[in-house]
This record gives sequence, C-alpha cells and structure tokens, in this order.
Amino acid sequence: MIDLRNISYQYENGEEVLNNFNLALKPGDKIGLVGPNGSGKTTLFKIIMGLLTPKQGEVIIFDQKREKEEDFVEVRERVGFLFQDSDDLLFCPTVEEDLAFGPLNLGKSKEEAKRIVNETLDIIGMKGFEKKVSHRLSGGQKRMIAFGAVLAMQPEVLLLDEPFSGLDEEAVEKMVDILNNTDKSYLVVSHNEDLIDKVTNKLYYMNE
Amino acid sequence: MIDLNQGFAQGSSWVHQLDPRVKIMTIFLLAVILAVGESIIMLLQALAFTTYLVLAAKLELKKVLKRLVVVNFFILGIWVFVPATYPGDALMQVGPLSISTAGVIYATKITLRSNAIMLGIIALLSTSTVSSLMQAMRWLYVPEKIVYLFFFVYRYVHVIWKEFNRLYDSMLMRGFKAETNLHCYKSYAYLIGMLLVRSYERSTRVYEAMLCRGFRGEFHNLDDLSFSNQDLKIFSGILVFISWIIILERGVFLI
Repeated sequence: MIDLRNISYQYENGEEVLNNFNLALKPGDKIGLVGPNGSGKTTLFKIIMGLLTPKQGEVIIFDQKREKEEDFVEVRERVGFLFQDSDDLLFCPTVEEDLAFGPLNLGKSKEEAKRIVNETLDIIGMKGFEKKVSHRLSGGQKRMIAFGAVLAMQPEVLLLDEPFSGLDEEAVEKMVDILNNTDKSYLVVSHNEDLIDKVTNKLYYMNE
Repeated sequence: MIDLNQGFAQGSSWVHQLDPRVKIMTIFLLAVILAVGESIIMLLQALAFTTYLVLAAKLELKKVLKRLVVVNFFILGIWVFVPATYPGDALMQVGPLSISTAGVIYATKITLRSNAIMLGIIALLSTSTVSSLMQAMRWLYVPEKIVYLFFFVYRYVHVIWKEFNRLYDSMLMRGFKAETNLHCYKSYAYLIGMLLVRSYERSTRVYEAMLCRGFRGEFHNLDDLSFSNQDLKIFSGILVFISWIIILERGVFLI
C-alpha cells in the first residue's frame, strides 16, 4: 500500500534526517517506528502525506508514484494522519463539526456526515460529546477526538504520531483495543515501547 | 467581545433561537445609529432596549456585569479627562479646573452609547454559536476571507493565550522580574517574537492538518439556517423600534 524507496530528506538548514530510507507497508501490516527524537519519524509521515517533498527517492502509494501536489489529494482522502498536537487537528468550535469536517470534504451529505459522527463517537467511547467545545476538552479527550476525526474519514491506512500521549489508562486501553480490532494497516510512532509492542506486528528502528 | 467558551450560547430563550442573520443585521443597524446618534433620549431608549434583550436572553447577570466593567473601565478614563478639558460654559469649579456642561453631556453620551452597543452584542451575538454566525455572515455576503479570519481568530486566540502564559510562566520560573532595564525589554521582545513565530508555525500545521482531511478551499456546514415565522415577527418588531429611534434622533436633531 505504501512503498518508500531510497528516501532522503534534508531540512532547510541542511541537516539530514532520512538517508536512503526504505519502507513497505502491506495490507495487514501494523508497523511501529522506534527511534530517538530527531530521527525523522514525523518527517516520514509528512512525506507520505505530501506535506514535504523528499530530496530524492520514490514515494509510491496505492501502486502509484506520487510526486506533485495533485497526486496527494487522493492519498489524503485514503490515508488518515493523526498529528502529534491535537490542537492542530481540531480547529472547529464543536466536536461534532470537527468530526464532520473530513466526511463533508469527501462529498458526503449532511445526513451521512451526522451518521458518521455518531458512529465514530461510539467507536472511541465518547458518546454525548457532540456539542462540546473542542478547545475546552482535556488533553486526553482532545487526543481521542482527534483520533476520531481521522477515523471519521474512513481511511484505509492510518499514520499515528504519538497516539497515546496524554491519554489516561482507560483511554489507552480503548485505543489499544481499537487498534487491535481494526483491519486497517497502520504506521505508529511512540516512545512508549510497551504499548507499541501491544499494537504492532513489525518494528522499524530508525537511527539519527 | 467574543465568548471564548460559548458559555452564553447555551440557552433556550427566544433571543437564543432568533435567526443569526436577524441578529447580525440588528446589531449592525443599532451600532451605526448609536455611533452617530446625538440625542440622549434616543440613546437611553436604545440602552433600555438592549438591556431588555439581555434580560430576555436570561443570561447570567454576574457574567454580563463583569464584561461591562471592562468596557466601563475605559470610559472612566473619559470621565476623568473630557469634562475638565472640553470647551464650554463651566458647570462648576474644582480647584483650578472648570468642569464644562458640554463636556459632561459629551461623556454621558459616550457612556450610554458604549454600554448600549456592548449589551446589544452580548445579548445578540454571544447567544449564537460561532458556526451559525459564520453561516449567517456568508449568507449576508460578508467576504469569505473575513468570515474565515473571524473563525480562526475565535478558535486560536485561546491556544495562543495559553502559549503566552506557558512562555511567561517559564520566564518567571527562571527568576524573571519586570524592571525598567534593557534586559527586561529584550526579554519581552523575545517573548512576543517567539509568540509570533509559534503562531505562524501553528497556522502552517493547522492548514496541513486540514489538507490531510481533504480540505480543498471550501467549508461545508453541518446545520442549515431556517427563518421561522417567529423570526419574521421579531424582526418586524425590531425594525419598528429601529425606525422609532431614528425618528427620535432626527426629531431632536432638527430642533
């Protein structure tokens, strides 16, 4: 589904983070990315989503080479990316609107969007949060709603950047449960090695 | 002043249920008339009207007063300076200063004006959710860019405020004291500079997150606006009142 070949990336200041990096995600793969800070994990996700362009290498997603901005429109519709900071992802006044934002962009009708909102809240165990004000939620609640906002787009692949950060024990269990029961493939970055072991079936180690 | 927590937006009074388009048009008309109006009788009636709206919306009066205090704090400044410096017949003499009648009238008008407009905004705008106001603005052909600017300012003022507090707290934790010296000014400049940089970076990330969720330059709404019979009745009533205060204003103006 995702095939990265010989990817190298350099920051504007010349610092190199990825050097000839290869990664393949196949259906059913649940891959954990482990590595120190600054080893380019988030950069990698941004390259997959087309937010950053690698200096060299090939990005092949859903069997197509992706190079230009237009190529990534389809990728963004089929791949869900959970940002590290929930406040970046949740920008609508209410939870309901945040969850509906993606589905409406995909051309779903209002009724369908509302149905998806309800289903998603059910999945993440946050029923009754529809009308809550997004920015007033606690860090953990925001994390869960941000995850919901990604799920609401019904993506085929998930890219999860520190999904467990700020979650309490109960929410962590819920998240682990959701991830273990989904048939979607995903890449997950986390510094919590115990949790990453629980939700993945492959590990990639990244060096600085 | 936008209610960051949307605290006032929750309620079921008729003011809350009023179509946001009617609310925006009303507050716009009122603000224009009050801003140019000179008649004290007209200003008093408008103040009574907006006070009535606040009461009808059944808002928590303590919170409303708190907001009024902020506005009136600035007006206090006007009361200190204007009556003493405004040219005109002296009303009384306080030491070397002569308080002019015209100055007192002028300050009174400003007080009435600002409070009436403020109460109107609290009663009408903060009783609607931000998304319904956005929809109403778009329906009224307010330029899209202004609507989105309004929307994002609303959403991120809070985040930037928190960021400011975090940075400032960490300065205090490291022994920073506000003094009159170069080091202090420099630190404040860094703080503001950092805030700008962070806000810019955040805006980039928010936009990226929107792109990742299929955003292509167009916002879709979840709820539709509906103009009910009751809205029509209330709007007619409001228009009658607005015509009345215009007549009041013009009448006094002509004499």
